[in-house]
Order: sequence, then C-alpha cells, then structure tokens
Amino acid sequence: MIEAKNIIKSFEGKVILHNISAKFYAGKTNLIIGQSGSGKTVLMKSLVGLLRPDSGEILYDGRDFLKYNSSDIKDLRTEIGMLFQGSALFDSMTVLENVMFPLLMFTKQSYAERKKRAEFCLERVNLKGADKLLPAELSGGMQKRAAIARAIALNPKYLFCDEPNSGIDPKTSLVIDKLIHDITHEYNITTIINTHDMNSVMGIGENIIFLNRGHLSWEGTKEDIFSSTDEAFNEFVFASDIMKEVKDYVNRGR
Amino acid sequence: MKLIKTFIFDNLAKFGRYIMLLGKVFTRPDKWSVFFKRYIDEVYKLGFDSIAIVFTISIFIGAVIAIQTQKNITSPFIPSYTIGMLTRETILLEFSSTIMALILAGKVGSSISSEIGTMRVTEQIDALEIMGVNSANFLILPKITALVTFIPVLVTISMVMGLLGGFFVGEFTDMFPSSKYIYGLQSYFQEFYVWYSIIKSLFFAFVISTVASFYGYTVKGGATEVGKASTDAVVVSSVTILLLDVLLTKILL
Repeated sequence: MIEAKNIIKSFEGKVILHNISAKFYAGKTNLIIGQSGSGKTVLMKSLVGLLRPDSGEILYDGRDFLKYNSSDIKDLRTEIGMLFQGSALFDSMTVLENVMFPLLMFTKQSYAERKKRAEFCLERVNLKGADKLLPAELSGGMQKRAAIARAIALNPKYLFCDEPNSGIDPKTSLVIDKLIHDITHEYNITTIINTHDMNSVMGIGENIIFLNRGHLSWEGTKEDIFSSTDEAFNEFVFASDIMKEVKDYVNRGR
Repeated sequence: MKLIKTFIFDNLAKFGRYIMLLGKVFTRPDKWSVFFKRYIDEVYKLGFDSIAIVFTISIFIGAVIAIQTQKNITSPFIPSYTIGMLTRETILLEFSSTIMALILAGKVGSSISSEIGTMRVTEQIDALEIMGVNSANFLILPKITALVTFIPVLVTISMVMGLLGGFFVGEFTDMFPSSKYIYGLQSYFQEFYVWYSIIKSLFFAFVISTVASFYGYTVKGGATEVGKASTDAVVVSSVTILLLDVLLTKILL
C-alpha cells in the first residue's frame, strides 16, 4: 500500500497540491482522476519521487521514502515500475533489450536468464514475436504493452501508469486497461493510474480519487460514482452526453 | 543595466546547474560492464563516425594552406621549403586542434545534444530515474570519456592528412617541389607542438561533450526546444573553445 499524508506542493509560490491525503491499496487499480491542470501529474510525480513535495509524507508500506537517503531510494526504486504517457521505451534498443534493461542493471542474472524473463513478460502482454523490433516499428498500443512488460520485468510491488490510454484507440485502450487490471491482481501490485478516460474509470476504477484544482474532492469506487453528491466531481464525470445517459439509466433502475 | 544584470545572473545560474550536473555525471557507474559497453558504443558513434569528416576536411585544408602560402611567397630570398614549414606550423598549432574542435562541436555536439534532448522530452530520462538509474552518469559519462580518449586519434589523423594535403599539391602540380615540401616539414620541427595540439584537444573534447550534454539534459518542451538546445550547445561550446584556446596557448606556449 502507498499512503500520501498531507502532501503540499507549490511552484514559485503557487500551490498546486493542497494538503492531499490518500491511500492506494495493494492488489487494486487505484485511479487518480481530474481535469487537466487539476494536479494529477504533480501528485503522481510526487508519489513516484520525480518531484519533492514541500511537506507531507509518502509511505510505501510504512516506509517514508522522503526521509530516505539516495542509496535507500535507489533500492526502493527497484520495487517500482512505471508506464509513461508516451511509453518512454529506449528507442536505440529493441523491444527485448528494453525489457531486459532493468534486469541487466539491477540483477546478477546471466544473459540467458534475463532473456527468459523478458520473453515471459513479453508473452504476458501478448507481444511474443515483437522482441526483435525497435520501438519505432511498433504501433501505439504495442508500445504501451512493451512498456508494461518492461515495468513488470523486476516483479515490482508498485506500478504507476501515467495516462495509459492517451493516443490509442478505444478498443486498444480496453486491452491495456484489462492488462493492467489483470497484472495488478495476479501479482498483488499497488497500481496507481493517472487518467481522465471515463472508460477506464468505469472499467477498472476499484479505488478512485478525484482532484479538483489541487484539492482532493471525492474518493470512492466505480460503484459509488452514481451516488456522488460532489458538484465538481459530477461535472467532470458526467460531462459527456453518453455519461449523462448512463446516469439517467442507472437512476431509472434504482 | 537591468538587462545586463539579468544576463549575468542567468548565465551564472546556468553555470551552477552545469557544475551540479557534472557532479551527478562523475560518480561511480551503476554497473561497470554496462558502462564499458556504452563507452565502446560511444567511441564508435562519436569517434569512428567522425574520421571521414576529419580526413576529408584536413586533406583539403592542408592543400589550401600550402597553395596560399606558395602564392604569398613572392620574394626569391624566401626558400620554397618554407611552404612545408608554414603548412606544418598552421596544421599543428591551430588547425588540427582548434578548427577541428569547432567542426566537431557542430557535428558531435549537436548529435549529443539532440539525442539526450529527445530522450528528455520523450520521458526516457525519467524512465531511467524511476528505475533507479543515475541517468546523468549512465548517459553522459560514456560520451565524455569516449570523446576525450578518442580525440587524440582524430587530431593525429587530422595532422597527418593536413600535411599530406600539402604534399599532394607539390606532387601533382608544379607549384613547388614535393621534396622541398618534405624538407620544410622536417625543418625546425618542435615535437612539443604535437603535444600542445593534443593537450588542447583534450580540453576541447571535454567542453564539446559536457556542454552539449548539459543543453540536451536540461531541455524542456518539445521538438522546437530540442532544436534550439542543439544550436545553443554548438554556439556555447564554440565560444568556449575559442576562449580556452587563448588561455591554453598563453599557458602552454
């Protein structure tokens, strides 16, 4: 479990995150949602350590990594996998080399062992046969899957996904969502997903926090969405006609 | 006045960030075997790939220096072996180190800056950091060590080819006898000039690789900013090379 306690983060005097406290559970897909500019990315970057909060605590299973020295942080990072918005695959390496990279850097495995593990991860994300291709030769969805394979190569305890569905079609988005969801449950990973894709929210939102202008405005599960009374949350979630229709349909059934 | 102040403080701050980045770069590599492999790759990319351009430019400039020297020697009291001597001095003292470094700042510097800059804007550097890899050390140190250790080879190739360029003018035209040119090359030869050129090139290689890496590593934005960073890297490293050239010449000669 990852726990954020009273996180405050500002840039040049402008407060972006206002005293955020939230829990992200192991074996669940935890979603951070909100409009553009609501502070989602800043929160995720703070959680993962790419930004340092002005104050607060970030506990990885009780370990406050903000108090860690650089060597401890390095150890903790080997327990973290991250899927970036643009996949962030190393473009000079093949798909297989990308997946093998964390194993090369942080294990003492032989080449054969690393290759076996990488091939297993690629198979897990249905990318068998793409191992010799360069990232530029892959479609957007395949790149995301390759990035997931790289993120799980070291058997991470924590998985961060920044806008995993950006730039890919709805059908592929479903595949990516299902993959993240399945992997989370299969390996009991604490997965945190930063998204504004309502399909993801409705599909895999097992624990959702909603940020509104840097404030934590709502939290719950996908089942709680239709009973929310938070105005900003409802405005965000039911912005599209289709979601309004779904809400009417659900309300009619109650 | 305010503009000048801002300019000075901005550049001081930038220099501070450059020094801090170097602090991150010059640490123990996470894995020596990976570092060594990357070092070899960079020697190939930055060094071997530059041999053709160094070869071509040097041979032509050597020929041009010899022709221009011959054209400017009008007095019958100046012996023709002077052409070889002057070509040698020009090639050894300035061309093979400084001018070649300026050319490499354009070729290698822009390549380093755009490669690292693209990695920055496509979040590949963030990916390294998240994994726990010291991205500055992983990406930049092999480039610095590769260029600094390979530049003496490039300088030596440049010297040989530059001097050969002049020789070919003597050999294939009737402007001056090539035997006199070779005699001129050997006359009043000071071995230290070769070392002087190589010593200067080591400093220049350090400047090219670190300045280009700094601009690439600290880029923010997208493709336009990567392009601008690449241009800035070339401009700043070229000016720094020229300033260092003056300083090193004063110290070494």
